[in-house]
Amino acid sequence: MADISKPVVKLDHSSKVRGQAVYLADHPMDGVLVGKTLRSDRARAKILSVAVPALPVGYVVADWRDVPGRNGVCIIDYDMPVFAEGTVEFIGDPIAIVAGPDEGEVLRILEEIRVEYEELEPVLDMEQSETEFYNFGYEKGEVDRAFHEADRVYEEVLETGYQEHGYLETNAIQAVVEGEKIRIRGSIQCPYYVQKAVAEVMGVPAEQVQVVQDVTGGGFGGKEDYPSILASRAAVVARKAGKPVRLVYDRREDMAYTAKRHPTKSRYRAAVKDGRVTAMEIDVLYNAGAYKTLSMVVLQRGTICANGVYNIPNLCVRGRAMKTNTVPCGAFRGFGAPQTFFAAEMVMAHIAKDLGIDPLAFKVAHLAKQGDETSTKGKYHFPVPLQAMSEKLVEASGYWEKRKRYVNQSKGRYRRGIGCSFSYHGAGFTGTGERDKIKAKAALEKRPDGRVEILTAGAEMGQGIFTTFAKIVAKELDLPLDRIIITLPDTDRVPDSGPTVASRSIVVVGELLRRAAIRLKEEWREGECQRVEEHFQQPDWQIPFDYATFQGDPYPTYSWGAHCVEVEIDTYTGEQKVLGAWGCYDVGTPIDETVVIGQMEGGFMQGIGYAHMEQMNYDHRGRIRSVSYSDYTMPTAMDVPKLEILLHVEKYPEGPYGAKGAGELPIVGVPGAYVNALEQAVGANFCHIPVTMEDTLQAGEGAGA
Amino acid sequence: MSIPFTLNGKPTVYEGSAMDRLSDILRRDFQCPGVKSGCNEGECGACSVILDGVLVNACMVAAGRAYGTEIVTIEGFRETAQFAVLDQAFGETGAVQCGFCTPGMILAAACILQKNPDPTETEIRDGLSGNMCRCTGYNAIVNAVALAAKEGRGLW
Repeated sequence: MADISKPVVKLDHSSKVRGQAVYLADHPMDGVLVGKTLRSDRARAKILSVAVPALPVGYVVADWRDVPGRNGVCIIDYDMPVFAEGTVEFIGDPIAIVAGPDEGEVLRILEEIRVEYEELEPVLDMEQSETEFYNFGYEKGEVDRAFHEADRVYEEVLETGYQEHGYLETNAIQAVVEGEKIRIRGSIQCPYYVQKAVAEVMGVPAEQVQVVQDVTGGGFGGKEDYPSILASRAAVVARKAGKPVRLVYDRREDMAYTAKRHPTKSRYRAAVKDGRVTAMEIDVLYNAGAYKTLSMVVLQRGTICANGVYNIPNLCVRGRAMKTNTVPCGAFRGFGAPQTFFAAEMVMAHIAKDLGIDPLAFKVAHLAKQGDETSTKGKYHFPVPLQAMSEKLVEASGYWEKRKRYVNQSKGRYRRGIGCSFSYHGAGFTGTGERDKIKAKAALEKRPDGRVEILTAGAEMGQGIFTTFAKIVAKELDLPLDRIIITLPDTDRVPDSGPTVASRSIVVVGELLRRAAIRLKEEWREGECQRVEEHFQQPDWQIPFDYATFQGDPYPTYSWGAHCVEVEIDTYTGEQKVLGAWGCYDVGTPIDETVVIGQMEGGFMQGIGYAHMEQMNYDHRGRIRSVSYSDYTMPTAMDVPKLEILLHVEKYPEGPYGAKGAGELPIVGVPGAYVNALEQAVGANFCHIPVTMEDTLQAGEGAGA
Repeated sequence: MSIPFTLNGKPTVYEGSAMDRLSDILRRDFQCPGVKSGCNEGECGACSVILDGVLVNACMVAAGRAYGTEIVTIEGFRETAQFAVLDQAFGETGAVQCGFCTPGMILAAACILQKNPDPTETEIRDGLSGNMCRCTGYNAIVNAVALAAKEGRGLW
């Protein structure tokens, strides 16, 4: 393993390509009961009564009265009940679960349950909501003075829609109670989150709950908090039934009732003096849905990066997560940042256009640099390579030539445009979360035969950590890859290395493994069993982050992204076609080039979907309208015929071999580039995503096409 | 009723309703868990199988339609020389991430190359467009099929 970046065939390749990887739903149902959920069909109501028909032998119905511990799922708060108790807060809020051996019979029982409600007026518009779940803000510089002295002031309202994870495997969990032990398995990103939640719901110590990850068919954040909710319910039903219970969501259930990316509405005011943005005043609303889930931390991240990658000396930012009687939103790759990055990118582009400056040139002139102060008075401690990256991007895409050429398009049916955007992503938990909350541990165990097992809670879900973790350990121990053992995490066996989220696995856990491997090598004794464990330490140069004032380094370092998209629109139909897409990313040293490029390409594509294809909203009753792959269109192999990824490497001294976070970065900035390109083609400004075909047509008419 | 068909080269009979879903019976009664259920409405392609030489979404096929046909799933296809080439190509380009779409993608790739052993990139993308992947962004899969076409020359 001379070169850590050199690609290898992934460790889980063979089982997956042969169709032998076993996902939860692939296990035979021998003795396992099928569970199906009774859900509220009202957005907000009191439950007056629930009438359950006589149950055949072997069938059970469980509701809140069967919860032995706390009827609240531990996520950040406990406000989401395991089963609704007294009131329901959104369409889909679970009231009970029916379980039994035959699925048809379970569904029949479900149909016959009668729920009587007293309907209450739901809050569906976040701007009308009086319940503020969270409210964060920070300020720096002299904002009022900057606006007072400005040559011009710009004001815009920007909106982003829902995004559905669309992982190919739906949420799936199985629970069984065996004596004192509660065993949970399934499609899970964060085994220890599930353990803690289930333990509190069941009223038992955490050690009595074993959580094992099954092969997981994609997560993207969608299996960060939801498995805790699902497993809590499954455990309650399994306890009552005295048998294992499996809950596998069907696609429509998964799309309608599980977490998604928060819709947002942002107001941006920007002061411009002498051709430079001197101040921004930003107010962002996140539609949290009915329960808090992860909104606090989503909002923190989104609020912190509301100024994009730009050095805006005077800044006043407020972010609020509002309760509505809709499906609770949660984690999705980017975690609140794609929303504000879209807003910041569009505001910068629109100001540039108004000033008669090319948006890319205008953005480049405002880029933050190494040593600059961040939005929260932290510091960019390491190189900010965005200018160099933009040069690579311009060369690969032919941006300048195309941008000029597309200015003077004939009034033909097809019009083209090209646009660029920038983004960053800070890996790991925001602020001091890694040090104070997660406190990651990772271990290596050497067996007498000299093979070494990796013990972490890291969930392989397609992102490749089996392979990248194993490469790090193999390199340090100077062993061939096949001497390294790594399997799906089991909380009875692995230390808590934290959740598999926040682009933290390589930069945090990977570094712990590297250090553990160095120690094991030093202490290596032939033929013996040995175990070494490493614990997280926060770098001492990091400026402590204060959550009360939002001041300090929210992240020790940043990964960087620059994007370019070229589109063509059909002015007759509104159809949008991507002609080319280019991404230049700095994630530090790639631990495996193929893995990293795979992450960048996959994330970029999700960004393209988010920008113009993936539309989801709810009706006047609060019911999600696009609940199937037929209604909610995600990109296929035909949608982006040309996608080119370039890597730029700025090594991070605290990450393994210089690696930084990678997973989330690629989606964060894509919509800004896409919409910027579309604007050039259409000849109008857009302030929302997704920009649909209908939007293109309408705007085109307005622009006199 | 009795529905005779050939599964992965072996004659077999399904005893059940002609209205049952082919993907369900393959998974449950014929131990083919490589046939994945992603949406059960013909959109995602995770349940792709080859029915009389044509790629179909098994979730959209009634069991009665299987009468007298030859069906190939990943469980059978993985024993072929063509699979070996696709396996290697998918591994080399990193075309497998979460793996849920992969068996369907492999069968889709096989059908592309069966129809046209030397496809253009557009033809490959067209041939894969009925199979959704949320992880890769498709480039790696497209590259894998192109590589398999090159490495497997003469096999198709």
